[in-house]
Formats: sequence, C-alpha cells, structure tokens
Amino acid sequence: MPTTTPPPGPTAAVSARGLRKRYGDTVALDGFDLEVRAGTVHALLGPNGAGKSTAVHTLATLTRCDDGEATVAGHDVRREPHRVRAAIGLVGQAAALDEVLHGRENLVMFGRLHDLSIGEARARADELLVTFGLADAADRKVSTYSGGMRRRLDIACGLVLRPRVLFLDEPTTGLDPRARHEVWETVRRVVAAGTTVLLTTQYLDEADQLAHRITVMGAGRVIAEGTASELKGRLGGDRVIVTAAADVDLERLRAVLGGTADAERHQVSVEAGAAGGGAALSAAVRAMDSAGLAFDDVLLRRPTLDEVFLHLTEPSTSTSTSTTAPSTGGDR
Amino acid sequence: MTGTPTHTLARTARHSWVVTQRDLRHWVREPWGPIFGIAFSIMLLLVFGYLFGGAIALPGGGDYLPYLLPGMFALTMLFGIETTMAAVTTDSKRGITDRFRSLPMSSVAVPLGRAGADLANSAIALAVLMVGGLFVGWRIDGGAGQALLAVGLLLWLRFAMLWLGIYLGLTFRGEGSMAAVQVLVWPIGFLSNLFVAPETMPGWLAFLAQWNPVSATAAACRELFGNPTGITDGVLADHALLLALAWPAVLVAVLVPLSARAYRGLAR
Repeated sequence: MPTTTPPPGPTAAVSARGLRKRYGDTVALDGFDLEVRAGTVHALLGPNGAGKSTAVHTLATLTRCDDGEATVAGHDVRREPHRVRAAIGLVGQAAALDEVLHGRENLVMFGRLHDLSIGEARARADELLVTFGLADAADRKVSTYSGGMRRRLDIACGLVLRPRVLFLDEPTTGLDPRARHEVWETVRRVVAAGTTVLLTTQYLDEADQLAHRITVMGAGRVIAEGTASELKGRLGGDRVIVTAAADVDLERLRAVLGGTADAERHQVSVEAGAAGGGAALSAAVRAMDSAGLAFDDVLLRRPTLDEVFLHLTEPSTSTSTSTTAPSTGGDR
Repeated sequence: MTGTPTHTLARTARHSWVVTQRDLRHWVREPWGPIFGIAFSIMLLLVFGYLFGGAIALPGGGDYLPYLLPGMFALTMLFGIETTMAAVTTDSKRGITDRFRSLPMSSVAVPLGRAGADLANSAIALAVLMVGGLFVGWRIDGGAGQALLAVGLLLWLRFAMLWLGIYLGLTFRGEGSMAAVQVLVWPIGFLSNLFVAPETMPGWLAFLAQWNPVSATAAACRELFGNPTGITDGVLADHALLLALAWPAVLVAVLVPLSARAYRGLAR
C-alpha cells in the first residue's frame, strides 16, 4: 500500500518519524513521517507553506525539531549532527554561492571546508566543473552566470564530498524551461552515481519526471505517498473522454456511455475500469455507433499528477469533478 | 564532535582561515565599500579638525587636532560594526550561511573567519588614517612600543565591535535593522570623548561619555601616543588603559557565545 511506510532498514537513507516543529503559532511540521530508500530520488511535493523546507532543514540539521526522530545516512540528526553533516549535501532555495568569487573558487572553498587539502579541493573542483559543463566559465565571477549555470554550480557545491544524501530544496524554482531541463539532467546523473536525492518541489511534472517515490505534503504532514503511477491510480486509472458532435444531446450520450458529463466542454468522461483503456475506448466507440451518436473526438488519458494533487489537497473535491480538468496534454 | 580537542581546534582554525581568505577576496574584488569607508573617516577628520576644531577648547590645554585623531581612530573601529553586520546579513540572506551551517564545521569557524578578514581590513583603514593624520599635523610623541600598544588597543576595540556586528547581523535580519544600526552608532560615537572632552559636558552626559567603551580606548591611545587627553579628573584619568582592555574583553566574552548560539539557531 502506498500510504504505509516500510519499516526502517539498512536501505533507508533518510528516515523520519513523527517530526513536529512550530514557529510561534505556526505549525510547520505536524507529525511528519518519511522513508527514503538509498539510491533513489524522493520528492516532497506540496504547496507553499506545506512544511517542505522545514522538513529538509530539520533533516539537514539546520533546524531542531520539537519532537520526533530522524536519521540520515544512519545517523541521528539530533544526537550526531556532525556525522550527518559529513554525509549530506544541501542545496537550498536561494543559490548558496559566493557571487563575488569565481565558480572554481566556490568549489575549492567548499572542498577545503570539507577538509580536503588544497590540491585535492582543486582536483575535485576541476572534475565537477567538467561534469556540470561549467569548465569554460570556471574563472568568471558567479555574478556573471545565468540562472541555470548558477543552479548547476550550486548543486556541484553540494556534491563536493560525494555525499550519501543530497537535499535539493526547490531546485528549479524560478528557472526557465531550458535551465530546468539542465537541472533535471544533473539530478539524474547524481543519482546514477549512487547518491540518494531528496528534493522538494511545487511542480508536479518535476516530481513525475525525476522521482521514484513521491510524498505529498500538506499542513506539515503526509497526505499521500507512493510512486507517480500509484498516486495517479488513486483517481481510478484511465479515462475515456468523448467530445460529442455539436448536434448531439449530451444527456443522451451520457445515458449510453455512463460516466459524467461536462456541459461546458460538451464532453462525457468514463472510467476505463479493470478491462483497461483500450477496451474501454473501443467499447465506447461501438456503443456510440450503434446508438447513432456522432462525436468529434475520443481521447484516452490517465489522470495527471496535477489532478491527483488537487484532489488530495482539496478533500472536498470529488473524484468525478476532477475529470473536468483540461484534456489537452493529459495523454500520459 | 569528532577527534581530539587539539585536532578540532586546528580544524576550526583552518576552516576560519578559508573563510577569511574568501572575505578578503571580496575586499580585493570589490574595494569600493572599504575605500569609501576610509574616505568617510578622512572627511570627518577634515570637518572636525578644521571646520569645528577652532571653536573647541580642551580642558588641561593642548591642540585640538592631536586630540581629535585618536578619537577618529576609535570612531573608525566603532563604525566597523556596520561593515561586519552588512556582510553577515548579506550572507545569511543569500543562503550561503545555510550551506556553511550544513557543513561539518564548528559553529564559531565562520564568524571567526569573518573576524580575521574584518580585522585585516580595519588595520589597513587605521594605517591610512594614521598616515593621513601625520600629514595634517598629528604627532606620535610617545615611544614606539607605546604606539604599538595603542594600535593594539584600537584593534582590540574593533575585535569587540566585530562580534557585536556578527551578533546583530545574525539576530536582526529585517530590512530596517541595518539602517537602525547606521543611525545608532552616531549617538554612541558622539556621546563619548572622541570629539569633545566630557568635562565640558553637563554632569550626567559627562558621566555617560566617560563610561562609553570607546572613550576608554580613545583616552588610553591619547596617553600612549603622547597626545593631549582633555582629561583632568575622573575614572579615565587613572584607569584608561585598564578600561580599554577590559571593556572589549567583557563585550567579547558576552558576544562570542551569543553569536555562536545565534549562528546555530538560525532558521527561516
């Protein structure tokens, strides 16, 4: 079941139980649980104020939680913060770079703060500059970098010591689509090299693209957890969406096909059920043919993560109304 | 914590040095801040030395300009609060402080690194001001050893102001706090013996001015440089040197632990 977290084991890179944190009257974390398997990308997905950053800050030992337990790379964040810090890289929301220093100098500085010798720090910096495609800009001030370059350097700085766990707090917020794809490629490379990544994001497509598992957060706690397709499956799997011809009575069509009608779009939406999307689609077409009902378009689509998200974070919204979401681009 | 205490101490020193190098690079690459800081001190020196100076008489006699210069030196150390606070605030806003905090290093390494760079910066500012002073007629009439001790006292004051700047920068990060400090250093600077002798002030003002930490440093420097002190009586007549050592020591003892705590506890 997606909602139950597996028991903590040696494969858990990050494990949190019942984290609570309040700032004055604001409850940032309200019994937050998390289990991130080693070698995977795990996304914390949620709207602003859901507690994503507080969760990451707590796990990265920047913030002390009021209650609850957490281990990162096998070390308790409260009792052994130094060991945790030696095993993690943190890339925060704001680019944590020195704008006045050159790209290379930033990397060398963080390397030396990680107790590398000057020679080792320089070698590691060169290696990272090549890997992240920044070799040409290595000796320029960071203030001259583009948003995407900055973010890549930022991530590289978090990787100086080959951390076991890398925290990425909203790594693509504010980036243009091209830079965002660069960052995604970077994250994939990092994971391929064996690092566990915990990233927070408000973008569903980002979680969909990158994460093996997704934890949906709201108001400081876990709303749902699972793979992207498990979460989508919660909305009933594939749907067949028929756009009726202009002269067809929508109520009649709905009576023939079942499902729900959307008068505004002149559409009827039907759940595919256990037989699968293909079967449901041909069944719908046959039913319309035999009833003599004309249609402009038939579309098979899975619910998008956006729909899942809206569904999960707005409990009052029922499943059927979520099918009125735009049908364009939803054919994943 | 890992390793033996000495091992940890050496690591902290090494980390601090890395941070100091970084902060010094800032001064070298973007020197306008420090240059304007020095220019501002020189401007004040000219305003008080030539514009107001003629109207200011010293108790116990002596020329005003040689009285003023040690005051200007101490004032420059006091104004260092702003430089330090601005740098600390910028860092914590940028998120680079969060990255430092996520590294396995001691919580005093970053502030200590900052201290190293700011002290170096202030030593240069002080040297420029002293040479400038010699041009306008200031003289060192004491011995070389005493003069060096005076410079040491000034940097000791700067060291204390530095921790005040670090603590303020870490604690008050709102938009207005920097402006508040920029305004508040003025009454602290004026309510002292830096520009005028406290003995010419009304009783309670004179009392406050005498006990101002920067007054102790300025009075001790005047004695050591062999400049007129403007003092005929009071605590600073006998104990200026002691107070110039003690005041910054008290401030450092209080502010270092507070700063380390503020650094560790930073949270958005």
